[in-house]
Amino acid sequence: MFLRITISNILLMVFLSGICREIVVSPQEGLISLKQAIEMANHGDTIRVKPGTYECRNLFIEKPLTLIGEKGAVLDGGNESYVLKLLADNITIEGFEINNSGKSYTKDYAAIYVSGTSGFRIIANKIDQSFFGILVEKSRNGLIRDNRVNGNAKREDESGNGIHLWHCDSVKITNNEVSGMRDGIYLEFVSASQVTQNHTHANVRYGLHFMFSSHDDYVGNTFENNGAGVAVMFSKWIRMESNNFIKNWGTASYGLLLKEIYDGEVINNRFEENTMGIYVDGSSRVNYLNNTLKQNGWAIKVSGGCYSNQFSHNNFIGNSFDISYNSRMNDNTFHGNFWSEYTGYDLDKDGKGDIPYRPVKLFSYIVNQTPETIVLLRSLFVDIINFSEKVSPVFTPDDLVDDSPSMKMFL
Amino acid sequence: MIKILKYSFSDLIRSRWSYIYLVFYLILGFSLLFLNNDLSKAIITLMNIIVVLTPMIGTIFGVMYFYNSREFTELLLAQPVRRSRIFLGQYLGISISLALSLTMGLGIPFLIYGIFQSPEIFNFLMLLVSGTFLTFIFVALSINIALFNTNKIKGFGYAILMWLFFAVIYDGLFLISLVVFNDYPLDNLALTASFLNPIDLSRIMILLKLDISALLGYTGALFQKFFGTGTGLLSSIAMLLIWVMIPIFTMVKKSERKDF
Repeated sequence: MFLRITISNILLMVFLSGICREIVVSPQEGLISLKQAIEMANHGDTIRVKPGTYECRNLFIEKPLTLIGEKGAVLDGGNESYVLKLLADNITIEGFEINNSGKSYTKDYAAIYVSGTSGFRIIANKIDQSFFGILVEKSRNGLIRDNRVNGNAKREDESGNGIHLWHCDSVKITNNEVSGMRDGIYLEFVSASQVTQNHTHANVRYGLHFMFSSHDDYVGNTFENNGAGVAVMFSKWIRMESNNFIKNWGTASYGLLLKEIYDGEVINNRFEENTMGIYVDGSSRVNYLNNTLKQNGWAIKVSGGCYSNQFSHNNFIGNSFDISYNSRMNDNTFHGNFWSEYTGYDLDKDGKGDIPYRPVKLFSYIVNQTPETIVLLRSLFVDIINFSEKVSPVFTPDDLVDDSPSMKMFL
Repeated sequence: MIKILKYSFSDLIRSRWSYIYLVFYLILGFSLLFLNNDLSKAIITLMNIIVVLTPMIGTIFGVMYFYNSREFTELLLAQPVRRSRIFLGQYLGISISLALSLTMGLGIPFLIYGIFQSPEIFNFLMLLVSGTFLTFIFVALSINIALFNTNKIKGFGYAILMWLFFAVIYDGLFLISLVVFNDYPLDNLALTASFLNPIDLSRIMILLKLDISALLGYTGALFQKFFGTGTGLLSSIAMLLIWVMIPIFTMVKKSERKDF
């Protein structure tokens, strides 16, 4: 008898804890405090938040919960500190408007802060006027999807990043929009993650910034009009595919900066109207295939210590300088690209030009040596010396040629 | 003076070369716009052409017209007209007719493609203004050369050399001096040197307007700071005006003393 009661009690408890309750929070009736709801909730419960503004300062969530904001549910941080802190596994935050985290020069206050968890899901939130947008530390297997982070950052040192990941693993960042922050998306020590279909624009510093992050994929993102473009540093086995790098204009601005990148792939991207399309510094064994570089100042600028990179089937259209080198050494191969400035012919009609193309102009070499000479850009004299150098190269790397330039643009 | 201006002007307007010049610009403008349909890019390409071509046409036309109408000039000199009026009238006649060919030849295609609805209107005006200035400057310089040289062949040679100097050789010397004095701060030298040559000055004025300034890096920032402001623009135009005034002044001086 005693045994039966005990067993049925245990069964009941298992049953009760197994069932996921839904708790409703509403500003008008019943439960009005989100904090209270979280305290009441059991593991795995869903808290549904009705429209209204909720004060929400430094709110800890320390058990696996699903928080769903109905349209118009606003969490206001009151400019004080963090807004939400996600400190347990399997927490879902969906559909909130989150405003006004605190600002600090010593603490990384964020609208949504995630630390030491696994399986977090941050979906379709709208974050405004916050120091950091979504800040994730030491977490894995997460999803950050459909969020919009807006700010009005003016200076680098007093603003935070839109989506910031540090020491993470296997996180998917998809379809977010970040504007007006310091860096749009920042990743440091993040591995095996995917960054896809995001749009970052008008951020003060980089649209995307990642360091020491290996084995990551960046696919289908658009980086537009950011202060300094996209910076990729000290990472290995990176795949960047089908991204757009547009209008990153400025004296220290580029579409894509690759610094100390090894064994990467840069495929099918578009670089349009950037001061520098791709700036490659100390990167080796990277393949650049099927990219389109159009109307950039420098399409590709290669500086010291870049070995065994391969540039194939790219379109170079109307750039002021196609390739710029700062030395006469060349260990990279250019093969079968389309160059809009190519003036050769194709007698055997195989679609490949019969005379090799030299993408490095003498003037770009001179500009590297003496930057002030750039004032002579587009003058007749420069055209003449470029032509004579083209005929018999003396200063530019003489093995830097595209032996079979394509006659047709790649689509 | 107005009468002589009118005569020279109508003489040139009726001549075949003015029409060829006009038609050339018409074809250039239309084909450029037809090929890429982007006003801003078309303006950059035109800038490349105008900066080299208007000085050349101005130089050749000026020298040619002056030598060809020499007999008529001598006839005029026998009349009770002030010498400065005669030469100024002729000078203005040539310059205005060339400038008119330029503005009409480029203006018509761009008008048809809707320059007035475009934000590029200011850049386009800049292009026309600098083209006109270059015409006035180089016609004045070439008439000077013709006045100083009675020998046609010599005069023609000097005129071509002068064009070559401003269009090519100056930039070459400029480039070499920049490379040689690499170790010194060169920003102000670059700024001054490009300010002194009317061709370079117009090229940079247009380049900076066309959003290419970011390319120019640190030096570009300096240039932008100078040319980008109202004073920069005004002083560039003042410089171009000085470039027109000095040759006109020497032309008048020389013509008054020259023994025909």
